[in-house]
Amino acid sequence: MLEPSIVKDEEIEYLIKDVYEMYGYDFSEYSRASFKRRVNRICLIDRFTSFAELRYTILNDPEYLKRFVEEITVNVTEMFRDPQFFRILRDKILPQLGTYPLIRVWVAGCSTGEEAYSMAILLKEANLYHKSLIYGTDLNPSVLETARAGVFPLQQMKLYSENYMLSGGKKDFSDYYTANYDSVRFDKSLQEKLILSTHNLVSDSSFNSFQLIICRNVLIYFDRGLQERVFRLFDNSLENLGFLALGAKETLRFSNLDKNYHQVEDQKIWKKLDHN
Amino acid sequence: METESTNTKLVVIGGSAGSLQVILEMLKKLNIEIEFPILLVLHRKAHSTNILPLLLQQFSAMEVIEIEDKTEIENNKLYIVPADYHLLFESKKLMSLDSSEKMNYSRPSIDVTFKSAAEIFGKNLVGVLLSGANADGVEGLAYIKKNGGKVWIQDPATAEVDYMPQHAVDRVEYDQIITPGNLADFINKL
Repeated sequence: MLEPSIVKDEEIEYLIKDVYEMYGYDFSEYSRASFKRRVNRICLIDRFTSFAELRYTILNDPEYLKRFVEEITVNVTEMFRDPQFFRILRDKILPQLGTYPLIRVWVAGCSTGEEAYSMAILLKEANLYHKSLIYGTDLNPSVLETARAGVFPLQQMKLYSENYMLSGGKKDFSDYYTANYDSVRFDKSLQEKLILSTHNLVSDSSFNSFQLIICRNVLIYFDRGLQERVFRLFDNSLENLGFLALGAKETLRFSNLDKNYHQVEDQKIWKKLDHN
Repeated sequence: METESTNTKLVVIGGSAGSLQVILEMLKKLNIEIEFPILLVLHRKAHSTNILPLLLQQFSAMEVIEIEDKTEIENNKLYIVPADYHLLFESKKLMSLDSSEKMNYSRPSIDVTFKSAAEIFGKNLVGVLLSGANADGVEGLAYIKKNGGKVWIQDPATAEVDYMPQHAVDRVEYDQIITPGNLADFINKL
């Protein structure tokens, strides 16, 4: 069912201002079209019949704010999404990273962690996992809890297993998890090198330097101005000759930083040039 | 108050199973000088390759563009929504992608784009729904109508899979029933 249009354009602006002033979450540079859909969607599933009702709840119930942030951000992700992308990481990028004594990877906006776990599997199979650290960050604490648990729905495994094989995986994908009735638990070893933490791309700064930053299907929710700021944050967090990987339909092309990067073939992967 | 023009600013075409032939037929006969963009929202496999834009380009005199995030829309071009993303309008000039939950088991969902386009383009929009096997697009067509746009539906008798257009005909107040043979003619006359 199509979400109704309960909240008007100007009300969206009030809401963004309220949430920022009360709680410090800044959605003012999120793409409006998606954000508006999410607000209308939350009105539908939480049964708010008017904007006033939603606004009152947000302003007076800090617990509800957590849910609001969780539902307003899109947390759709999968393991080895776009298998061809992971195949390039496996074949072209990891061999270059293998020369470093310590490999630091940042999965920015990792949501429930599926890409961070995919990365752990890739590093394992490249025999680089022992000298790697994977940082998974998201603005939303509750999705990080799911990532930390490492428990995912069993029904997804058919797709993930197919993706894994298409990405060049040679093992039996089910070796990486233990199945229960309707869920699976991923192997504890895949969490050993995984550091999960909250980080808001809008307001938080660089916290380490990396050789690979993966941020896929996150920037589509930001307007161009915010996208540019986040690119600068990534640039400040990326070592020379490091790699930035974006989603299948995202690009660095419109950014001022484009000139300092070299696109890897026709992939959504850019290598930072050594320009010092 | 300024008088609003009722000129067409966008034609958005939704289709699923059986719609590709209709689109290819249309492309062959489309006036090369049409003064608005055409946007295609077609159900595709998630990991489908880039074959579809290449195929469409072979039949189209207009430039065919598979949309990336924040693509600016220009007149006289044919746009196609990429697999595995919803397409939304930020303004009459700017489109964004969205990878949220599937709608009607579909991503892209025709309903999602029809609704977004209806809100932005109002009476300057033409929405067309073609052959297909689910009801995605029907609610969106009703929304286009409600916002003053025009609604065209493929004659179910001419559709390879009539479920989608039949549902639309039953439930939505339409302006025009089109066939694979005359879709281009109607667009050329806009």
